[in-house]
Amino acid sequence: MTPAAVAPGGEVSPPRAAPLVELRGITKRFGSLLANDAIDLSVDAGQVLALLGENGAGKSTLTRILYGLSRADAGEIRIAGEPVTMTSPADALAAGIGMVTQEFTLVGPMTVTENLMLAGSPLGRVDRKAARERVLAASERLGVPVDPDAVVERLSVGERQRVEILKALLGDCRLLVLDEPTAVLVPVDVDLLFASIRRLTAQGLAVVFISHKLHEVVDLADRIGVLRRGRLVADLPAEGLDPVAIAALMVGAPESADDAALPDRVDDEALATAVGLDGAASAPTAEAVARPDRPAALEVSGLTLAGDPRPRVDDVSLTVRAGEIVGVAGVSGNGQTELVALLCGTTPPTAGTVHVGGAEVTGLDVAARLRAGLGRLTEDRRGSVVLGMSVEQNLVVEDLDRFRTGPFLSRRRVRAHAQALIERFDIRAAPGDPIRSLSGGNMQKVLLARAIERDPTVLVASQPTRGLDVGACQYVYAQLRALRDAGSGVLLVSEDLDELIGIADRVVVLSGGRLVGEVAAADATREALGVLMTGSGERAA
Amino acid sequence: MDFPVIAVLAATLTIATPLVVGALGALLGERTGVLNLGIEGTLYAGAFVGFLVAARTGSLAVATLAAVVAGALAGALMALLTVTLGVNQHVAGIGTTLLLVAACDFTNRQLFGGGQQTVTAKFDRLFSGGGVLAQYPMTYVGFLLLAPAVWWVLRSTGAGLRLTAVGENPEAADTAGISVARTRWTALVVGGALMALGGSFLTLSLLGTFTLDIVSGRGWICIALVIFGRWKVVPVVLGALLFGLFDALQLQLAITPAFGSVPNELLIALPYLVVIAALAVRGRGVRYPGSYLTAYRRA
Amino acid sequence: MRFVLRSREPRWLAPAAVGLAVLATLALTAGPIRLAGAAPVSAFERYVVTPLTTGNGIAEVLLAATPLLFTGLAVAVAFRVGYYNIGAEGQFLAGAMATTAVALALPDLPAGAALPLALVGGALGGAAWAFLPAFLRRRAGIDEVVTTLLLNPVAVLLLQGLLNGPWRNPDTGFPDSATFGEGFRLPALFGSRVHAGLLVGLVLVAVTAVVLRATPLGVRLRAAGQSPAAAEFSGVPVGLLQWRSALVSGGLAGLGGASQVLGVQHQLTGSLAAGYGYTGVVVATLGGLSAVGVLAVALLLGDVQVGAQGASIALQLPSQMGGVLTSVLLLTVVAALSVRHFRLVRGTPRTPRPVEG
Repeated sequence: MTPAAVAPGGEVSPPRAAPLVELRGITKRFGSLLANDAIDLSVDAGQVLALLGENGAGKSTLTRILYGLSRADAGEIRIAGEPVTMTSPADALAAGIGMVTQEFTLVGPMTVTENLMLAGSPLGRVDRKAARERVLAASERLGVPVDPDAVVERLSVGERQRVEILKALLGDCRLLVLDEPTAVLVPVDVDLLFASIRRLTAQGLAVVFISHKLHEVVDLADRIGVLRRGRLVADLPAEGLDPVAIAALMVGAPESADDAALPDRVDDEALATAVGLDGAASAPTAEAVARPDRPAALEVSGLTLAGDPRPRVDDVSLTVRAGEIVGVAGVSGNGQTELVALLCGTTPPTAGTVHVGGAEVTGLDVAARLRAGLGRLTEDRRGSVVLGMSVEQNLVVEDLDRFRTGPFLSRRRVRAHAQALIERFDIRAAPGDPIRSLSGGNMQKVLLARAIERDPTVLVASQPTRGLDVGACQYVYAQLRALRDAGSGVLLVSEDLDELIGIADRVVVLSGGRLVGEVAAADATREALGVLMTGSGERAA
Repeated sequence: MDFPVIAVLAATLTIATPLVVGALGALLGERTGVLNLGIEGTLYAGAFVGFLVAARTGSLAVATLAAVVAGALAGALMALLTVTLGVNQHVAGIGTTLLLVAACDFTNRQLFGGGQQTVTAKFDRLFSGGGVLAQYPMTYVGFLLLAPAVWWVLRSTGAGLRLTAVGENPEAADTAGISVARTRWTALVVGGALMALGGSFLTLSLLGTFTLDIVSGRGWICIALVIFGRWKVVPVVLGALLFGLFDALQLQLAITPAFGSVPNELLIALPYLVVIAALAVRGRGVRYPGSYLTAYRRA
Repeated sequence: MRFVLRSREPRWLAPAAVGLAVLATLALTAGPIRLAGAAPVSAFERYVVTPLTTGNGIAEVLLAATPLLFTGLAVAVAFRVGYYNIGAEGQFLAGAMATTAVALALPDLPAGAALPLALVGGALGGAAWAFLPAFLRRRAGIDEVVTTLLLNPVAVLLLQGLLNGPWRNPDTGFPDSATFGEGFRLPALFGSRVHAGLLVGLVLVAVTAVVLRATPLGVRLRAAGQSPAAAEFSGVPVGLLQWRSALVSGGLAGLGGASQVLGVQHQLTGSLAAGYGYTGVVVATLGGLSAVGVLAVALLLGDVQVGAQGASIALQLPSQMGGVLTSVLLLTVVAALSVRHFRLVRGTPRTPRPVEG
């Protein structure tokens, strides 16, 4: 049975003569994890192939192999029918493949032109003038103006992405790979990006567009491939496909035969959240009414972090009451990271105050804030644990003095405490295991356990589900809800609008470091939030 | 009493010469993200190998070349350790310095019995009697050839772009098809050669002999100058001149009767303290190369 | 060929890597030893085994290991929290100078008061020498590597300046200080040259080992050194710990200098600037930044040092070979320990497998 035949309403693709790029039987294994399992895919000139799949499905691995950043254990890549070996990005570039990854690979202190000169520049004297001309020409091809003399680190995220695309196009690029390009963009920039892609494909360029959001690719793609757990489970023409069936394929809903091993309960909401289906996210949140009578768990007033040229966090005031989840929406890079750092106490504010459960913590350090009842869950999981230490040490490192006998640390009590948390939070690890060996989901469970075990007055959770599979997302949502129901406040910072709409009681929007609006969960829609996120027109260029 | 302005300025240039050449070597490595604390040992090795070969062959050209080769090898050792094997840069650098110093001392002892009497041929000053211009050839090479060359390479060539890209963002350089390892190796080998060239100035131009304390922290001064100059050639050269000026002034003070009672050593220590003070003022909030001190491996 | 990160590391790997590094060290140093006209095998025997065959030899090894114990601990304590103090050399000398100042100012003090005072003076001297870099790091974010390094030659110059100037020996006119009073002598042990400084060092090793292994502070120090950002996030005051460790590190190195002048020389001499501080970096690194490791490596390097002296007499092999041996050992060990995280994979991976048909 070919993978394509599994897809409901799908059809086996007819054999074509020498597609532009063809992957045959690509297989990649990381330890016991089969990241890519004999994947066959192809794309023709002028075509957009959308590659869908949830986080961890193997999309990024596949594109890294295609771009020579990673090597397949088996399989081959053919370009115009000829097998090629990709051992480095240089090979890929030579073969006419360009890629824009989720993490931009630009040199911050250099200008746009300098960045674009890097690939393939000679060792000797470089001709800046000619390079600048080529940048302008390429930006013409893209249909969006780009300043060749701008220093990259001063550009917005959308502009940087354009520079990345220009960089990919500069060589003799025939296939452009875009790895989740919309994840970091405001809706306006998404529209610009799609217009550019259409312009480029009209010129004969092939595009592989990776996403875990179905709704955004249906108009753009010519073909859609769906990956799940390393396998290609569908490869279909985009026209007339059935979105719900594709969504089910992506997350492995029980309807297909060989999926018994998948997350125990995948409810509709999680499914919708995972794939970003419009409309499906309206699942009611329990008692989603703000309760002004409850005490404030977190009170932020006039919080400001100076920056150049404008404040990174600008006069932010908000209140999270006990027993509510307040969402913070915003496009990446609009002050979320800084706001969280200010709340956690890792960055001192320029102005403003923070109260946790009625007590001021503004001038306090991290340890004192923890004692005051602040819990944290940040976007940088690997940066929140000490990677060289064990699970149990990481579980107690915030609260070492609690496990002291005289001047010494009681190993026995640390172990017992860790055991209890491992059981209670279903962490799949032994107390003595090095934490670096844990999966992302398990690591998040450790961090959740550490934060929730202290029964926080308020939990600040930033991108708590980023990079987790559906089962783990579900788990995190359940824990956040349980925490709210137990009377804690939760501040949920997320770039995933569906997630916010799904579990927050109300959502505030951060743009350019300012709070620009608030929407009750009942009225929150992607469109309403999207308008606010773009900053209602007052965005400085 | 007339202050001998010309003599002090001439001494400033002479003193700054090994610092400029050595700091340029350190700068190249650091621009790619590798701090080479082997510099102290590399200066020492350059001084010793230059002296050794000059003593054995009598040819200053061969001696200089030998010092350069020794420095390139020292740079290669540092590259092998930090770039290829990913060893902590501080440890690898200190280890390299210790090894080079011990190896030179061992050889010195074995060949010369540790005596410091051996005197070799040394370079003559050009334009002697020309006031400030009466300098050793290496001074001209350092200020008029090497510093402008490194400046030009970093500013206007593809090699310079690669160096900067690797130092600021190795992932980006890698995706652009630039070999991070090869770039760093090249920078460290060339940098090591420059350091040793600077070291050879001490024996082949300045002293004509070798002493165990011949380098005495000049390598650390070079590292400090690179930070002081924020990884840019022109301020690094200016910093070296500033150090040279203070050193020349203290030498002048030492022979000034009014300061005769001040222990000589305290005056010698003065420029080191000036460098620390300069760092304290200019070192605030400096922006290090993005990949400073970090080994690069593809994920 | 290329390196691939290991997903799992077998237990035997680290010891095996160290073993391999030792063999590599022997192989690399055999050449120069032969060139210098000695037989490598008998030279290595002289370096490692011979000192341990006589009681007097063992005493000399303990004596040689004593200052390394202090500087090794000093470096380990600082490196462990991610504070790269490479100034133990200067701090060691500063400690010795401070002790000398006490001894010269109060020559007639009885031992009961003199020794504690002199030792505390040494610790404070070392800490004072460590103060400026630590302060600049904490207040202005200035890289401590450069500042600690720069202060090493300054300490040497200060030492020479004092010996040539105010502290010049009034009796002999040599650039050595006057001999200390009777009270300023650390008692000898086992009727040998070994002195009570060794006991002080061993106590410090024990205390450091307990603090690092069995207290909350030990866990915090480790966290701060391994991932400063994560530690900071978990409420560990990284900057404060680094600041304090920097001063403690300076104090330990300074105590080493005090122990050396009080126990061995009974006067301050220029020969004190013999690289004990730099060797401390070797000791701490090879000892894995642990207290017990420092003890073991200090003894090993003491052994090699005594052996090198012996070999220079018996085999006419310059004693500097000891320094070559230890630095090569350092580099091969750190290289081997670093390489062990990777598997070497030959050639291209198993691609492309024909998929035809």
